[in-house]
Amino acid sequence: MDVRQVAKLAHLEITDEEVAIYTPQMKNIVAYVEQLNELDTSNVEPMLGGLTPEGETTNAIREDIPHQSLGQEKALSQAPSAVAGHFQVPKVL
Amino acid sequence: MKEGWEVIIGMEIHAQLATETKIFCGCATSFGHDPNTNTCPVCLGLPGALPVLNEKVVELGAKAALALGLEVQETSIFSRKNYFYPDLPKGYQISQYDKPFSANGILTIMTAERDEHGRAKEFKPMQIRIERMHLEEDAGKNVHEGLPDVDKFSYIDLNRAGTPLGEIVTKADFRSSWQAYDYVNHVRRALQWVGASDADMEKGNLRCEANVSVRKIGETGFRNKVELKNLNSVRFMQKAIEYEIERQIEAHESGEGVNQETRLWDEKNNKTRVMRSKEDAHDYRYFPEPDLQPLVVSSEFIAKIKSEMPELPDAMRDRFMQEYGLSFADASQLVLEKDLAAFYETTAKASGNPRVSANFILSELIRELNNAGKTATESPLSAENLAELIKTLDAGKINNNQAKEVLVEMFNSGKTADAVIKEKGFEQISDTSAIEKIVDEIIANNENQVTAYRGGNEKLFGFFVGQVMKASQGKANPKVVNEILKSKL
Repeated sequence: MDVRQVAKLAHLEITDEEVAIYTPQMKNIVAYVEQLNELDTSNVEPMLGGLTPEGETTNAIREDIPHQSLGQEKALSQAPSAVAGHFQVPKVL
Repeated sequence: MKEGWEVIIGMEIHAQLATETKIFCGCATSFGHDPNTNTCPVCLGLPGALPVLNEKVVELGAKAALALGLEVQETSIFSRKNYFYPDLPKGYQISQYDKPFSANGILTIMTAERDEHGRAKEFKPMQIRIERMHLEEDAGKNVHEGLPDVDKFSYIDLNRAGTPLGEIVTKADFRSSWQAYDYVNHVRRALQWVGASDADMEKGNLRCEANVSVRKIGETGFRNKVELKNLNSVRFMQKAIEYEIERQIEAHESGEGVNQETRLWDEKNNKTRVMRSKEDAHDYRYFPEPDLQPLVVSSEFIAKIKSEMPELPDAMRDRFMQEYGLSFADASQLVLEKDLAAFYETTAKASGNPRVSANFILSELIRELNNAGKTATESPLSAENLAELIKTLDAGKINNNQAKEVLVEMFNSGKTADAVIKEKGFEQISDTSAIEKIVDEIIANNENQVTAYRGGNEKLFGFFVGQVMKASQGKANPKVVNEILKSKL
């Protein structure tokens, strides 16, 4: 388990001390989940998506009809920084 | 290309599906609104917001897939593609990965190499394997210009975030830049033809990327490939590939080698430049999107879509050749646009002369349309009126040059053929008694020539025709004139 790589992919900065703490913790988590591999699931269809309380698959699809959007002001209202109708973020290219 | 080398190209095309609303929310997809106005909790990626699939995406996706020879899969799965970028508010893109919407396509395109002037040599059919077309959402737009402190900040407009896309991925089947060029044009027309996408590269609703590598002829493995982006027109794409072929061959031969990287086409300087190297290649950690059901498409649905599909361009081209006796080149040109093909067929049927219809449309009408910047549907000269003109020509009432002149006037004024012919005084005299009268006069006034002709100087026949035409101010129907002269002389 490369904790540094996981942290990098998650855009987290972690110290060497934290790597030392998290590495065994994450190993334990993975080992716990790996118990599932003991079951033979070769004949079981993977279940994807949700089920209704009755256990039936749901079919959520909608018509192509526009709804009322939030609009610029509301959309930007929670942004840490908004300028001229845009979200402002550190320089990317 | 340098002797001994070959190029290997695979294409990826992102086509925006022509829906009213986004793929997972009801925000409008329309273009040109103030930034961030067409947004909601779903496309802003706010916590707790849930995506719901737009049924129109399934319909248009199916049409696109069928038009490209792909098989629509009974079950497909949406997956999360995880990466961080400011234009992607959720931190993942909802896409499809191991179970795409459609797969296993075989597409036959017509392709030709071009000479140094860009003129096509012989078009030949070529089969392209399309690996898949999957459905996904577009990201937002990054703005780097025209706003304060752009050296320190970037700006984000999420109007485009969540726009439905079909991503069409081919196998690495192309061996020249013109093959790739002809392929993209084929796809663009196919998508427009079935109404799946506007497929307009200038507006960004069709974007293409080319994966390019070169190798020595005879090699079986692949060398490092370069992904080309920022290809804003099909022509730029073709140029970028050509540039890249030369650059890569040179880099291999000099021993410098080619890096696996993404490069952008720089249209100002006519070259490609590095965007990012694949060394920090993304690890997207795809996993099934738990907020969406598997997408199940029934065979009944596919049958319904198939029944609604228009005749596709290649089938129409072949039919035009068979039914109307057109050449491959003419038929191909007529099916370049659906509207033009429909215009042709109406004209051909109404005039009863499919070949002349094709000639007039391909030479005269297209020129006028181009000059006026109009499409076939916007033509002021209707197919029905053009058919009337062709009938008038076939009846011998006007000659070919006059017909062309009349066509231009009909196009400019929107008037009928009859009206323009009258205005121009082009109406030919086919009335035999009127022509007989003229012929009689000519014979009476040219005794010497008549005697010479009857004595065996047959060349003089042309003289008589000329005299009759002159006397009728060019309006006499030449066919009728010939007949009458022959009988009277």
